[in-house]
Amino acid sequence: MTPMLTLGVSEYALPASVLAPYLFVSAAMFAIGLIGFLTRKNLIIMFLCTELMFQAAGLALIAFGRHHLGEDGQTFVIFVLCVAAAEAAMALALVVLLFRRRETLSAEAWKELKG
Amino acid sequence: MITHLLSGTFLPSVLASAPGADTAQAASIAHGPKWVLLIPFLALLAACLNGVYAAMGNKTKLPAWTTVALLAVSFFATVAMATGFDGNAYTVKAFDWIQVHGDASSFVANFSFYVDTLTIYWMLFVTGLATLIALYASEYMSHDVGVSYSRFFAGFALFVFSMSCLVMGDNLVMLYLGWEGVGLCSYLLIGYYYKKPAAVAAAKKAFIVNRVGDLGLALGLYLVFVHFGTVEYAALFSDEKLLGYLDAAKVGAFDQIPAIAEWIALLLMVGAFGKSAQFPLYVWLPDAMEGPTPVSALIHAATMVTAGVYLIARFYPVFLISEHALPIVAWIGTITALLAATIGMAQFDIKRIMAYSTVSQLGYMFAGLGVLTPTGGAYHVLTHAFFKALLFLCCGAVMHGFAGQLDLRKLSGLRRVKGWGVVTFGMLVGCLNLAGVPFTAGYFSKDTILAEAFVTPGASLIGWILLLTAGLTAYYTFRVFFRVFMGPTEFHPGDEHHDDHGDDGDDHAHDDHGHGDKGGFHPHAPGWAINAVLATLTIASLAASGLYFVGSGEHHGTETKHYADTMVSSSTASYHSPYSEHAFHAGDHGDSHAADDHADPNAVQAGVGPRGTITEPLLLFGQDPHKVMYYVSGVVGVIGIGLAWCFHLWGRTEAATCRMDSLARLFGPIPRWAENKWYVDEFYNAAIRVPLRIASHLMHWFDKLVIDGIVNLAGMAPRMFGWMVRPSQSGVLQGYAAGMVGGLAMLLVVILLVVRLGGGS
Repeated sequence: MTPMLTLGVSEYALPASVLAPYLFVSAAMFAIGLIGFLTRKNLIIMFLCTELMFQAAGLALIAFGRHHLGEDGQTFVIFVLCVAAAEAAMALALVVLLFRRRETLSAEAWKELKG
Repeated sequence: MITHLLSGTFLPSVLASAPGADTAQAASIAHGPKWVLLIPFLALLAACLNGVYAAMGNKTKLPAWTTVALLAVSFFATVAMATGFDGNAYTVKAFDWIQVHGDASSFVANFSFYVDTLTIYWMLFVTGLATLIALYASEYMSHDVGVSYSRFFAGFALFVFSMSCLVMGDNLVMLYLGWEGVGLCSYLLIGYYYKKPAAVAAAKKAFIVNRVGDLGLALGLYLVFVHFGTVEYAALFSDEKLLGYLDAAKVGAFDQIPAIAEWIALLLMVGAFGKSAQFPLYVWLPDAMEGPTPVSALIHAATMVTAGVYLIARFYPVFLISEHALPIVAWIGTITALLAATIGMAQFDIKRIMAYSTVSQLGYMFAGLGVLTPTGGAYHVLTHAFFKALLFLCCGAVMHGFAGQLDLRKLSGLRRVKGWGVVTFGMLVGCLNLAGVPFTAGYFSKDTILAEAFVTPGASLIGWILLLTAGLTAYYTFRVFFRVFMGPTEFHPGDEHHDDHGDDGDDHAHDDHGHGDKGGFHPHAPGWAINAVLATLTIASLAASGLYFVGSGEHHGTETKHYADTMVSSSTASYHSPYSEHAFHAGDHGDSHAADDHADPNAVQAGVGPRGTITEPLLLFGQDPHKVMYYVSGVVGVIGIGLAWCFHLWGRTEAATCRMDSLARLFGPIPRWAENKWYVDEFYNAAIRVPLRIASHLMHWFDKLVIDGIVNLAGMAPRMFGWMVRPSQSGVLQGYAAGMVGGLAMLLVVILLVVRLGGGS
């Protein structure tokens, strides 16, 4: 039986065996993003890493959505994407401004913001 | 009562506790003509106009002329009030002021004036002297023409208004308003030269010392209302309860009078002591001489300081029902008279001598009140007002002309300096009055008090002390006169050139005298205004002795001896007052007091105890004191003058030294002690000010360490916590991220454990 994709809700739930690879990919993306965020100093790379983690979470949400045959997961991802787009615009603008101040993209340059 | 005070609903509880007062009763007194209101309100108008002049930056003498003119009208209104008075007291209401009506009683204090002979007597010299002294001040203060000049006359006129409220008010609240008003004006005018630290300190001292007395007055006012249910004179002095107490007091049955009623007199007395500079509270008055001389003359010699005498005279029935009040008044007055006289003897600043003399003479007045002669006290108030104002104004003229010089060691023989004739003559007349030389006004009024002191049983020691004081008074008075006005002519101008003239005298009239160049100094003789006022007051002081011979006869059913007696005896100050037919009937033995020195020359009068207990006749040299005193006090006065002549004029060749100098050495340190005012100020400093300072420092440190400590500790806790967690904020972005990851990991572990241990398995 071939799954039939429709515009609305899919008729067939994703079985657990098919779900697992999605989740592996999602976990891998999240781990890459997290490690990248923790190890790199470049602000743009760090920002890209956060985006990666975002999308990992989004992937997991959609996969679970199909698994449970619910619309919530997809809906939520749409919102996440919107927020992420807005946030990306702001974050990159901030990065530009920070760069203008210090002529470097290194996060180390902002160490004086300590308690 | 304390609980009433502490409870939140203060006034209603007072009203509930006060006995039922019939407010209709107060209305039984007649209403007088409305124009009487002009007397206080013209003075208020003058004060307001002067404020306007100051705001407009007036640079002329307009404030002075406005004040003089309005006060003169006020004086003539007072004269009209006096001549139109038919013997029945009346009230004149300006407007409703305080009206609190409760169920059982009401508290009514209208802005209303009460006119009887005592009021008229007081207002005549208050407004009259105020007018004259304002005229004097127009010239005296001429160095300050400008805003300061307006300020001076505004304070001056406001003082007259306050004094009118005090004397004319028809209830105790009005009296209190005036009482505080004159205190305020006194403060403002003592501190007139506000750039001079001594003047500012003196102003504060006067105000603070008066606080002590005013507390007594306020509490007395409160007790009057609580006990009698009214503060209006007309209702109070016809109150059945008060008349009943007077009956009891007459036969010495003081146990029938509740203690609360006796406390009224004691508390009012404290107020009088403060305002009239009596013994424990007199220290402010000598310092008050830092103010301009017209202020010293009007406020601190003639009028304001007699407010205490007025208070006691007005409330004489209340004082009579107190067993101890009048004896205390007599003794405090006597102590004050002697103490101030001894200090006055050793001072060198002539204005300060006059100040101590004022304190001393006020002591006489209080002694007079205390020995049951309110007439004598009031008579001395009147004569003293004239001659002491005259003396002060003469001293002021000297100060004005000699660039602030007041040291009697640096002035001599002014009588020969051209243009100083009026001042010299005025000073002589004032001194003769103060010294009690026979047939001067001061002689008659002082005799009235002295004689009565010897007549009153148990008070003869008071009489002897007052007699001694009279001698001392004559000595120190003529010490001033002989040193400053007689002897070889010699004068040194005051070195503190601007001392008296406040605001950095730029276009100063003295500038042409040459600073520090003693040879080129020309004293500038007083101008027409000062001379005219001095001449008027000289004549008034001389004429005041005539008051002793006028106005005697039958007045309102009582035989009276002279003008002052007539005026006082038909007011509340008398205990044969028309308000009380019950009290102290004239005709029994009490009338030696009642009609005052109602002297029947042929009869030695029986001394009668203040409470009607008849004792043995008191004799002085085997004679009736009323008769003998004329000779004795005259002789004492002349001896005092003779001593002054002997030590301060006889053979004196220069201003600074006299025969007294060598004599003073025989007394060892005593003259120095007297010059230092018996160290009373130092004593107060050590006994009151220093302990208060120490206590306030202790309180301060308690507040700082304990109270603030607790508060700071509460504030410190979050700060400590912040200090503990602050290192975690390293500023390294990856550090924060690692913290978040670690936290997340721990959270996951916990959740896993919970799932595994809980429902998981």
